Amino acid sequence: MTHDTHDNDTLVIGGTALTSRLFIGTGKYGTDSLIPDVAGASGSQVITVALRRVDLANPRSNVLAHIPPHMRLLPNTSGARTAEEAVRIARLAQAAGCGNWIKIEVISDSRFLLPDGYATARATETLAKEGFVVLPYMNPDLYVARDLVNAGAAAVMPLGAPIGTNRGLRTAEMIGVLIEEIDLPVIVDAGIGKPSQACEAMEMGAAACLVNTAIASAGNPVAMARAFGEAVRAGRAAYLSGAGPVAAATADGASASSPLTGFLGE
Amino acid sequence: MSMYDVVREWTPRVADAPLRAFMDAATADDVARVLRKQRLFPHDLLTLLSPAAATQLEAMARRASELTVRHFGRTIQLFTPLYLSNHCTNQCRYCGFNARNHIPRQRLSDEEIAAEGRAIAATGLRHLLLLTGDARHVSGPEYIAHAARLLAPYFPSLSVEVYSLTDEEYALLVDAGIDGMTMFQETYNEALYPDLHPAGPKRDYHFRLDAPERAARAGMRSVGLGALLGLDDWRRDAFFTALHGDWLQRHYPYVDVSFSVPRLRPHAGAFQPAHAVSDRDLVQVILAYRIFMPSAGITVSTRERADLRDNLIPLGVTRMSAGVSTAVGGHAVRTQDGHAVRKDVEGQGDADGATPQFEISDPRSADEMAAAIAARGYQPVYKDWESVLDGGYGCGIACAARRTPSGEPVGAPTPAAPRAMA
Repeated sequence: MTHDTHDNDTLVIGGTALTSRLFIGTGKYGTDSLIPDVAGASGSQVITVALRRVDLANPRSNVLAHIPPHMRLLPNTSGARTAEEAVRIARLAQAAGCGNWIKIEVISDSRFLLPDGYATARATETLAKEGFVVLPYMNPDLYVARDLVNAGAAAVMPLGAPIGTNRGLRTAEMIGVLIEEIDLPVIVDAGIGKPSQACEAMEMGAAACLVNTAIASAGNPVAMARAFGEAVRAGRAAYLSGAGPVAAATADGASASSPLTGFLGE
Repeated sequence: MSMYDVVREWTPRVADAPLRAFMDAATADDVARVLRKQRLFPHDLLTLLSPAAATQLEAMARRASELTVRHFGRTIQLFTPLYLSNHCTNQCRYCGFNARNHIPRQRLSDEEIAAEGRAIAATGLRHLLLLTGDARHVSGPEYIAHAARLLAPYFPSLSVEVYSLTDEEYALLVDAGIDGMTMFQETYNEALYPDLHPAGPKRDYHFRLDAPERAARAGMRSVGLGALLGLDDWRRDAFFTALHGDWLQRHYPYVDVSFSVPRLRPHAGAFQPAHAVSDRDLVQVILAYRIFMPSAGITVSTRERADLRDNLIPLGVTRMSAGVSTAVGGHAVRTQDGHAVRKDVEGQGDADGATPQFEISDPRSADEMAAAIAARGYQPVYKDWESVLDGGYGCGIACAARRTPSGEPVGAPTPAAPRAMA
């Protein structure tokens, strides 16, 4: 990840420089025909698609046909329950012409849809060795993140809240730890329900946000995509600007300037 | 604790005083409280199925719709059933395939299976549900697995709705590329069950009740449950169906659990529902399932009328059948020169005179159903999985590139080694 000035701020993943830090998805739309307008309004350059949904043989339902050609395709392994399934899906995605970026999702719990850190790391290691640019979806756990770094991940994608809940940055403290400790782009994925939450993640120093449900389930997905694009840009600008310190609240609502060392005088 | 233990534990409570009284005593305020909860328990489910909840359907519908959009988006997955055989040794009093009914019996040959597959695939449908009657000597597990392999080149995902199988038999189907199973317990009322199933293997309540668990153990990705609403008090059967889903999901978290909501339909025979289930009742069941288990799929079949199905789309439904025939060989008929041709699925199910298992109420084709779903602002999803992705034997991404210019698949990929769940 590199950035020099606000005007020359790029996110580099797998050798590709991105000027937009909002990643979007293709699931849950009432019609896939919304995708080009959503993509345009968001300004996003990366779009994830579940390979399970891709049907190259059926023109009635080929989601890939709706993805603007300039966008970087990020196939994901939705539906994989084991590392082996994730690896198989990634290889099929590449063989189907979807490129060598892959978002690893290994989930074997249908109720909470929480990722399996151990299996995710194993799949990441295998695929990174094969030359994939691997972006693993994960719980914001420092040890798992370190495993993913060692496994060759190109970024880590911690969840803000369980997939599809729109509940925001419930894991903000742990994501903060990753941002501080992990020397890879930290892309907040899942749970972001409102643009303000995406903005907050970016203010914290996240490298990017991936937002799908909050856009796809909005009353006006195109307008919501635009709002998210602006929020991510604002949050990033705030982070680069360096936020001023926030005073700790005291019982009387203010704090003395030197409550402990004031006796020392000037 | 097995699901049978759960039924034994709860049956006296539901049938007898305390919890039955609990359900009857529930108020609109109780329903509102449940709708605000993040995590629901069996008592909350009883509240959602209570008479009081029947007066709060709009509030329940809003919650159910919101949960569904969050978990599944505005999408409805399409599928269609393919009846392989109507030979049956059971005497289920409510079923058109009852062994004592004098109807033509048929089992599809390899050629007929392929013809049916081609006819259905030509409509764009990619998820197929295979059904048979319960006659192991005619349509045993090996026959079903063989049929799946014949159909794999046309359909990325195959499911079954057949008689109860053993662990080994479900594993056989999984290895043949079948990734889902549906099992209707019909009624969870163990005392009533023998009266409805006077003869045949299906008479074994316990073996049937445990079938979904055996399927999950064998590696089925998705398992569907259902009670045939109308056989018993629908509130009681819906309660146990939902408990069954919850139990299955807790014990087999990697399985995608879904519910079906079949209501008794007219069929060949004289059986009439003992407990009428109105449209409002059906809606209450769907909403209760969705709110109790937000991540569960919910399937509505063509047993229901087109106008009702359309109105159910935003209430929690995630899967719908389309282009349906409930007769064996109902999708394709043979011309005089022996070539299979597509049957007009807009006709009523049995162009060749075969007797359907039940009369359908929504005869719309796949295209018509897709248009109706789109008209409601939802997306018809033709494909949402393919067996190849988890090492199975099937067709989709992997063989799309190997199709002929006309779109005909060249063949299914080589099956991977048999799978086993950790």
